Amino acid sequence: MPTSITIATPSARPAVAARTRPTSLGARGEPFLWALGGGLALGLLMIVGFLFLVFWNGIVTFWPKPIETVTLRSGAIVAGEPTRSNNYRPGPEVVAQLPEAEKAALARRDGYAERTLYRTGNYDIYNEDFRWVSDFEVAKTERPGGFYFLERLEWGPCVGTIKAVEAGGRKLEGAAIKDEAITALHRTARARWAEIRAIERGRIGDVNHTLEKERLALRRVALEAGAGSEAHRAASARFEARAVELRKAHETLAAEAAVLKAEDAKDRITLAEVGGREKTLALSAVVRLYPANDLDLGDRIAIYLGRWLEFLTDEPREANTEGGVWPAIFGTFAMTLLLVIAVAPFGILTALYLREYAKQGRLVAIVRISVNNLAGVPSIVYGVFGLGFFAYILGGSIDQLFYPERLPSPTFGTGGLLWASLTLALLTVPVVIVATEEALAAVPRSMREGSLACGASKWQTIRNIVLPRAMPGIMTGLILAMARGAGEVAPLMLVGVVKLAPELPIDGYFPFIHLERSFMHLGFHIFDVGFQSRNSEAGKPMVFVTTMLLIGLIALMNLWAIVVRNRLKRKFVGSSF
Amino acid sequence: MDTAAITAPATGKTAYHVRKGAHGGLVDITGFNLWYGAAQALFDINMSVEGGMVTALIGPSGCGKSTLIRCLNRMNDLIDGLTTTGQITLDGADIYGSKVDVIALRKRMGMVFQKPNPFPMSVYDNVVYPLKVDGVTNRTDLDEACEKALRGAALWAEAKDRLKDSALGLSGGQQQRLCIARAICAEPEVLLMDEPCSALDPIATSKIEELIDGLRGQYTIVIVTHNMQQAARVSQNTAFMLLGRLIEYGDTEQVFTAPQMTQTQDYVTGRFG
Repeated sequence: MPTSITIATPSARPAVAARTRPTSLGARGEPFLWALGGGLALGLLMIVGFLFLVFWNGIVTFWPKPIETVTLRSGAIVAGEPTRSNNYRPGPEVVAQLPEAEKAALARRDGYAERTLYRTGNYDIYNEDFRWVSDFEVAKTERPGGFYFLERLEWGPCVGTIKAVEAGGRKLEGAAIKDEAITALHRTARARWAEIRAIERGRIGDVNHTLEKERLALRRVALEAGAGSEAHRAASARFEARAVELRKAHETLAAEAAVLKAEDAKDRITLAEVGGREKTLALSAVVRLYPANDLDLGDRIAIYLGRWLEFLTDEPREANTEGGVWPAIFGTFAMTLLLVIAVAPFGILTALYLREYAKQGRLVAIVRISVNNLAGVPSIVYGVFGLGFFAYILGGSIDQLFYPERLPSPTFGTGGLLWASLTLALLTVPVVIVATEEALAAVPRSMREGSLACGASKWQTIRNIVLPRAMPGIMTGLILAMARGAGEVAPLMLVGVVKLAPELPIDGYFPFIHLERSFMHLGFHIFDVGFQSRNSEAGKPMVFVTTMLLIGLIALMNLWAIVVRNRLKRKFVGSSF
Repeated sequence: MDTAAITAPATGKTAYHVRKGAHGGLVDITGFNLWYGAAQALFDINMSVEGGMVTALIGPSGCGKSTLIRCLNRMNDLIDGLTTTGQITLDGADIYGSKVDVIALRKRMGMVFQKPNPFPMSVYDNVVYPLKVDGVTNRTDLDEACEKALRGAALWAEAKDRLKDSALGLSGGQQQRLCIARAICAEPEVLLMDEPCSALDPIATSKIEELIDGLRGQYTIVIVTHNMQQAARVSQNTAFMLLGRLIEYGDTEQVFTAPQMTQTQDYVTGRFG
């Protein structure tokens, strides 16, 4: 105890008992933080892994690979692009026939052997495109020069050496076969082929289209005025005269095409597969050819980019496993655009009424719950509904009223772009309604009151103040709807998506936009190429490329919508202080 | 403006001694009751707002002063389950009548809120908003009205070069003056201010107070305020409310220096509230 009172020094401060009990881990919340972080990391890992898988496979698909010739112990030779390798366990009957050394080697590896899948092509000769070669079968692997990889219009690729090229009255053989010479001849042949196609598809197509229109007009007269009536007879006579004219035009064009075709038939290329069997085909039937083992980097890049260009701008061939996906890109884009055009007013108006005008009560609550539940209905059910209601009932009525002359073949009475978009709009409308309602509810009360106090009516307040302010939130809903709609496949299979659409929904014939036409879609394309084609091994890389494209397309559309949304947000929300 | 006249309280409970305005009673409230659902918020309010003067409504939180001011331009219509009895008249016409055009009524009564609420548009569009919703499209008319309103709200000097900029970029005090410009743009008769300075700093507050002083005479102003000094500075008449009842309504000077009711005395001397 102090004996005298002194000036208080730090040591004189009353002692506070030091807290001895440490804060427990649970109280600090650390384990929860770890769990949260772990959850996020897992999610990110899965997304990144998935994207990496898709993008890596998608990016390497079009890179030209070398051709290897493999001499087997049995004496046979296999030539092709090595595609992939894996381990497998050969069956006992295979092992039994192996020499002792190989048997021992197998036994050391627990019976596993390595094998490589070669893309041999030449389906018309071998009846297979791919062949597995086990390592123990191989005597020798080489990459000889002179081997060409050909992509053809039919029968898939072709691997072999060129024996002869016959074109423009000349015949190249043996040492005369030079890469540049072949390329030049090939280019001429392809140009001619494009010309033939332009005549057949374009000009003959025009004639056919006109003839069909005249026929439909005649039939319309027959339906309206009655067959055999005065008007019908006059129309018949007119039609006959016009038909003769058109048929003549058709014949002229067909003759023109025939001349070109005869010329085309003279340009031929003869190939020898690695076993020596020869195959002759039209030069114009070759889409692309390159000497796979004699390429430098520039050539490879040119081929790679060329294949991408073809993929993005051309039509598919070979049951969609080759060629391009332009119609599918266009179909997906057009459908998503129409979907947004349909879903935006529908969803926004519904939400506006529900939130701003409807008396909040039991009925509105039931409507709201129903809307939310709609989002959980399986999408195929929407497809069935779309087919039944839109295509058969609505479309059927439209056909009866406006296109009676085309019946019994349906115009709108079957799946098509319009019905697919409307079906998807129905599927995604709950998303838009919920998002719009949230956005409207988030508009501060002070804004509405400010406008009302200025003498604005309720509608003026909603139009001038509430809607602009809620727009970013509404855009978020539309973005979600768009992403959901663009990625949906199941209902589309019922309401208008086909594996191969002969025509795009937009062309040069009046009325230019044909909403009734069936169309192609990237999502369905993936399903079709991966699981419905004859040659799923050949389709596999295309699945990755198409998936990459679909993801890219959706990301691009979303990005655009996000940019618009952020611009709106800067303009209308901003900071108030 | 004549001298302070002490009259008998309109009801037994209210001390009533207002300074008479140049235009007489413009807004008359008679026997006004209000319920939020089952809870009564206003009890038998009787008061007459003198034209051309500034009338302050003071009282502790929850006393019903904001509710009362929002009844004058029927902003309370937005609230579900609200019922009223009694009468409020503007220039003799019942504003709760069944045939009243609420939109026209609100155009005669501009309102400024507690928190500045400029719209997410340009300064110009904010100011002329009341005219635009009224259907005025003539550019020169709008330009003139905009300038006049901004000058009236003492914002012209600061805002004349920023008319096309977003109003959200203004400072809080400027935003509130913008809201006042917006409220006076359509030239209302009455200007209602619901705690217009409570979100502002002292400098912005003094600017608004100066502005209110300048607007006196042109407009009849009703101002709700928490700040008793402010009420004393800007108003001619002060109404003191407590628990939904009007306790005292009279000449500002007298309410603050010689209140007739003990509750008023307790409140203005800071004994409670």
